[in-house]
Amino acid sequence: MPTTYEPIATTTLGSAAASVSFTSISGSYTDLVLITSAKLTSGSDDAIVRVNSDSAGNYSQTILSGTGSSAVSARGSNATKMFLDSYGWVDSTNFNVSIAHFMNYSNTTTYKTMLARGNNASSGVDAIVNLWRSTSAITSIQVLANSSTFTSGSTFTLYGIKAA
Amino acid sequence: MPILGILASSYLAAKGSYESIATVTVGSGGVSEIDFTSISSTYTHLQLRGLSRTTRLNSGDGDGIQIQFNTDTGNNYAWHFLSGNGSAASASAATTTNRVALFGGADDGGGSNEFGAYAIDILDYKNTNKYKTVRSLGGYDSNGTGNITFGSGVWMNTNAITAIKIKAVSASNLMQYTTFALYGIKSA
Repeated sequence: MPTTYEPIATTTLGSAAASVSFTSISGSYTDLVLITSAKLTSGSDDAIVRVNSDSAGNYSQTILSGTGSSAVSARGSNATKMFLDSYGWVDSTNFNVSIAHFMNYSNTTTYKTMLARGNNASSGVDAIVNLWRSTSAITSIQVLANSSTFTSGSTFTLYGIKAA
Repeated sequence: MPILGILASSYLAAKGSYESIATVTVGSGGVSEIDFTSISSTYTHLQLRGLSRTTRLNSGDGDGIQIQFNTDTGNNYAWHFLSGNGSAASASAATTTNRVALFGGADDGGGSNEFGAYAIDILDYKNTNKYKTVRSLGGYDSNGTGNITFGSGVWMNTNAITAIKIKAVSASNLMQYTTFALYGIKSA
């Protein structure tokens, strides 16, 4: 059987950047997996995602987090972004690691659901389901520090998974 | 060298070790169940990835999926979950039950075109010395309602898994465009 889990692109920052983009994403896979290992130049913030350059309020999410002392849940509605983390935020001390699954990203029938896991050993862990209310195929993904910048050495890798 | 699994750091696998086995996409009219049969013992772990929406009508409260192995419908399963509904976290479990219930799917009370998503690992599925453990990350969001859930389950049987049956927890039908893809993960 053919290999079905393939790297599409990797970006390792050589200098600080506010965002990283994957563009012209092929529709030849079934799911996309985005893995980030990121740190900020200062402060702490959430890592967020927008697809197809859509910055309107077409996103929403449900979040489950472990804060170190309790389990909590929150949500966003009519949001302008997807979240990769919440309590497992990105900061200037630790490399936050997140993994995001964009399920059936190229179908043009359903809205797009993304599952994310955010992790920061010093702040918390998250599981997040994000919805993008569009039936368009996802062709580009932009990762941003909500209001800060990613530091040099942060890595962002996009994989494609192809079903039989 | 791709990174596999629902928890990125859990696996590092050599190129070519993750393979697509089969995919089922529900057609018009829906179905009561999805079956993967005659699963090869070529792999070390299995992964199910997919989208689900059921005909249950419950104001977008969601619906889970249940899994049974090798046509076993006896009380040989147990499961736990930790879930968030947007306002609170909750947990529950079942013991000596007839299925592994995994929550995070959508129902037909939610907005149109909305589906829940699952990434499910079935670990060491052909090992005949262990009961079989399942772990899942599942979730759906409906712009105001939703659910995100960590689930785990066990099939208390040492037989190799050769068949997987997926149904709605509510016993309603799986709707059109529900889809599950089964992958095999090899070890060196």
